[in-house]
Amino acid sequence: MIGLPHFLVLAGVLFSIAVAGVFLNRKNVILLLMCIELMLLAVNFNFVAFSHWLNDINGQVFVFFILTVAAAESAIGLAILVVLFRERKSINVENLDTMRG
Amino acid sequence: MLTTILFYFYATVLVGSALGVVLARNPVRAALFLVLAFFTSAVLWLLLEAEFLGIVLVLVYVGAVMVLFLFVIMMLDINVAELRAGFTRYAPLGAVIAGLMIFEIVYVVWVKHLGYDLAAVGTPLAAGESNTKALGAVLYTDYALPFQLAAVVLLVAIVAAITLTMRRRPGYKQQDVVAQVATRKADRLRIMKVEPEKRR
Repeated sequence: MIGLPHFLVLAGVLFSIAVAGVFLNRKNVILLLMCIELMLLAVNFNFVAFSHWLNDINGQVFVFFILTVAAAESAIGLAILVVLFRERKSINVENLDTMRG
Repeated sequence: MLTTILFYFYATVLVGSALGVVLARNPVRAALFLVLAFFTSAVLWLLLEAEFLGIVLVLVYVGAVMVLFLFVIMMLDINVAELRAGFTRYAPLGAVIAGLMIFEIVYVVWVKHLGYDLAAVGTPLAAGESNTKALGAVLYTDYALPFQLAAVVLLVAIVAAITLTMRRRPGYKQQDVVAQVATRKADRLRIMKVEPEKRR
């Protein structure tokens, strides 16, 4: 029978793959944004699973707000990316050292 | 029994597509794998009786956000080979960190039980009860203010995205409505007195 731990472990695996993706694709900004989307998906999984098992609808309301903020984040992130590419002709993270950070 | 089979099937597809996102050579393929991941998660959320969120995930993420991603990927001329240069160098580090995190989560959730009853099953919704209705009942009452704030966040995102990407190209011809309305007759029209040609 499928229980709460199954979903929690699935979300954990998903999150870990996304973290590994941040390490693997550390030069490509688009793939970094996609990995962030995967992480948010994993977190949402936890919220939905707990909401189901605790019979509490508030968890799903949280997922609703996370989806809203994530959509806004990716829209602004991609807009910044387009401007960046226009200025630099590249989206390589290593080239973005204007501020010497 | 059916739920178990469905869960394991879709969980396998989900993990596989997440690996596809991370390992894909081509960013377009990575985006398409991410679409697959969102679809399978929507199905898994349906198994958890979160029907509204499952459908919202498909509509908003697959329908809007991923299309935006694909748009940007195809619009930019990206040199993929250059961006994947350090891929194999960082692969062991990424694998070790991911493995460590998975081990920790499995240890806490599965081995230590988290204080939850592993065999407990969430109570299914009663017949005639709707997930969407339940969500709406809280969203428009208890969460009315956060709901409006979410709308403001989306508005700010729209304004920010447009102002960031708008630019003035040199040689770009544009209608200046203020200047058009403000013109007087005297600016445009000149009445000349032309002497008629004399007959010879």
